[in-house]
Amino acid sequence: MAKRRVAVIGAGMTRFMHRALETPKELAWHAAHAALTSSQLKLKQIDCVVLGTAPDAFDGVHMKSEYLADGCGGWGKPFLRCYVGGGTGVYAVAQAYFQVASGIFDTALVVCEEKMSSCQPHPQAAFLTIFDPITEQPLKPNLLWIFALEQTRYMETYGITIEEIARVAVKNKRNALNHPAAQLSAELTVEDVLASEIMAWPVHRLMVSPTSDGAAAIVIAAEEVARRVSDKPIWIQGIGWSLDSAYWTNRDLAYPEYVEKAAWMAYQMAGVKEPRKEIHIAEPYDPFAYKELHHLEGLQLAPKGEAPRLLADGVFERDGDLPVTPSGGLLGVGNPIAAAGMMKICELFWQMRGEAGKRQLPGKPERGVAQAWGDLMQVGTVVVMGTEKPD
Amino acid sequence: MPKFPGTPVDNRELKRGKIFTASYAPRLRYRWDTGEAIGRYLEELKRGRLIARRCDGCRRVLIPPRMFCERCFRPTNEWVYVKDTGRVLTFSLCYVTWNVRRLRQPLIPAVIEINGASPGMGILHLVSKVLPKRVRVGMPVRAVWRAAPQRRGSITDILYWRPDTGQEQK
Repeated sequence: MAKRRVAVIGAGMTRFMHRALETPKELAWHAAHAALTSSQLKLKQIDCVVLGTAPDAFDGVHMKSEYLADGCGGWGKPFLRCYVGGGTGVYAVAQAYFQVASGIFDTALVVCEEKMSSCQPHPQAAFLTIFDPITEQPLKPNLLWIFALEQTRYMETYGITIEEIARVAVKNKRNALNHPAAQLSAELTVEDVLASEIMAWPVHRLMVSPTSDGAAAIVIAAEEVARRVSDKPIWIQGIGWSLDSAYWTNRDLAYPEYVEKAAWMAYQMAGVKEPRKEIHIAEPYDPFAYKELHHLEGLQLAPKGEAPRLLADGVFERDGDLPVTPSGGLLGVGNPIAAAGMMKICELFWQMRGEAGKRQLPGKPERGVAQAWGDLMQVGTVVVMGTEKPD
Repeated sequence: MPKFPGTPVDNRELKRGKIFTASYAPRLRYRWDTGEAIGRYLEELKRGRLIARRCDGCRRVLIPPRMFCERCFRPTNEWVYVKDTGRVLTFSLCYVTWNVRRLRQPLIPAVIEINGASPGMGILHLVSKVLPKRVRVGMPVRAVWRAAPQRRGSITDILYWRPDTGQEQK
């Protein structure tokens, strides 16, 4: 059976907040409702519902997919939850794509929700159990360790300076100033970033995304439906994902090979041969400042070790050759884990429809890539979207 | 309804009880079996030694040891003792504990490449007895063990890794 063409026809999201008054279910409902409104479909026209959400431990609610199902519009419909750590927000789009591209369903609502603030005193503690229970947990690791260890390795391998890394935080928090849903937008200098508290050298506080509450959603549809209901469908041209080994201390952390594999899977599906020329906007995962650069290299949008130089040259600014994270990213808009990846998908949708408001990029971008990442530095998820219908 | 719905809450409002919440502190306990490979690894740690497994498929000496090679997807072949010395592959100076308490003196988590295992084969551990600003990638280090009677078959039977001036620089 041939794959069918699939397009995104609606997107919506809540504000991203340190702590939301709304329950997880209410957040999911707000995002789902906004995405449906944007698509001009009613819930009864949705064939299946896909939810992406991170560990139950944040919420302290077991089987939170069932808990969230009604907020996602999932009752009485084929409903599934997918989860690949921080990579979930982008992977959920791939999961929904399978349902529609396969011909089983014509439409799908994809909702990603996270409420991290419930976990007390800080959701960081819920991360302890992602480490190996026997060989690592007794050392009392925290999540900052793995990022700091990876950043050190990245900087050491390619001779990258801390100032070069800090520029990412400056750019993304500035881009977020124009995002009405943003939690941590700011006009900062490299000096401000480097003057912020050192959490885990070489990671400073302003290089770390916040913990957040929020939700984001899209509606996707098969070609026949998309053409009928939407004047500006944004096509899903390619999807890719890949997982590396959980023996993360046995890998060279300087380069994310799994992101490269995921990216080529998506590019090949999209018919992209030269990503540097054929991708107009990128929304790589930026939970920490260096990660954006690291991921741009994995996404083949910069040669290994050279993303910092391209950033310093202005290539990744809003008016540069390849605008990167025009949304403001996790560093600026916020990081409700699964919803953060989905926010990046929403951004590509709005940018390519010309609906990004004050953030609208010049030059009518026609193709973009969004990427998310997670688990123990081991999963890469990639979606390529564009205004042109895929072959 | 606003285009981007959501109602931020100020923590102070929570503390003043202006917003109703409910709370729960789960008390769960787990006892994990350590399995064939890590069981032996812990047994050797108790004896003050590090042990790895060799895979005849890719010829890697794997640490932490495992009974199957995830790359070749076949059983590993042999137990191999490796040294309790190595080099720092990467490190951090961490000023925050796992539950986000601040530390005045940083912990120094590191990935330590183990001498005798394949290149790039590291384990997660802590470096100590060195000025934080003197730690370097590539620095030779040596395990400092707990006294034998206090060892109990845990990764913490190694207290930390200290600079090892006896080893030549790579």
